[in-house]
Amino acid sequence: MNGPLLVIFPHPDDEAFSSAGTIIQHRQKGLPVTYVCLTLGEMGRNMGSPIFTTREELPKIRKHELEEACRMMGIEDLRMWGLRDKTVEFEDEAELAGRFRALIDEVKPETVISFYPGYAVHPDHEATARAVVRALQEMGETRPKFLGVAFDRRTEDELGQPHVIVDVTEESEQKKDALFAHRSQTEGLLRAIDNAENAHVMELLQRERFYHYPFS
Amino acid sequence: MFRVILSIGGTDVKAIQPDHIQHYLDNHVATPLFVHVETTNGAYATHNDPDFHNAGMFIRNAKIEYSIGQIKGNGPYRVGLKLDHGWLYVEGLTDYEMHEEQLLLAGHDRLGRLACALHIDIKPLPQGASEVENQ
Repeated sequence: MNGPLLVIFPHPDDEAFSSAGTIIQHRQKGLPVTYVCLTLGEMGRNMGSPIFTTREELPKIRKHELEEACRMMGIEDLRMWGLRDKTVEFEDEAELAGRFRALIDEVKPETVISFYPGYAVHPDHEATARAVVRALQEMGETRPKFLGVAFDRRTEDELGQPHVIVDVTEESEQKKDALFAHRSQTEGLLRAIDNAENAHVMELLQRERFYHYPFS
Repeated sequence: MFRVILSIGGTDVKAIQPDHIQHYLDNHVATPLFVHVETTNGAYATHNDPDFHNAGMFIRNAKIEYSIGQIKGNGPYRVGLKLDHGWLYVEGLTDYEMHEEQLLLAGHDRLGRLACALHIDIKPLPQGASEVENQ
């Protein structure tokens, strides 16, 4: 990857889990990264144990965490679109795709990272994936490269092994920092890392996995 | 870092004191109010356990008025509001926070995960772009 990178996800922390190492590598090359985060994850349900926040305060915390994570990853162009968590699938898909298209025309990315439709588990992820793919589909041959994040249980059975695996072993400490910045969401995960108890978690810190989409 | 979060987040979340809640409810009879009502099992409940039937709902900034508002139970608590044309009911409430005319009631499980919520205010609760810009 040698050009601008555009990252589109619906929730603060989606980018850290799926792509932090790839983003960090990109920034280390001095290449621009734009991150559009559609919501503030307002409807997350972890309020801490002991309780440290409320439904109404959570978006403030998650916004702060998102900004901190972006600092960790070197992202200077963060855009928060102010949609509401859980409602992305009920927005007008064509309109959302149009906004993504305008964004692509502005940022002129070489590569777009987002979720892969059909294998992204959460309804907001799926809606984001559909609108991103729709925007890219409509661009025909002028479309940037697309790297889709898929983590449904069916993924490897149906899509096979990831088409692109980015080795982020050297960036794993920084990736951990980015995840750690989203503390309201990742405290349990971080305990798992500390105990090195979970192979899935260790894999997450060393390799980032993406799929190409079969555009027609 | 955690200190920073605490200073931004609410530090006033307390276990429900029924008298305190009842006092608020009595004071807001026949008052136009905005409510956020929610129940949730978390977005990943079925991903984590394919046999789990996930269900949830929220409604944000519905406008209501009630003629009777009561909190009942010994904890977790239930709140019922008798509306002009029906009822608003939430069960499983454990914690609360109050700021002037705003009452936030929430039900948390043992891991601190929100299970239900009932927020009441005399003005609309923050929403969408205003949340991004003003915080």
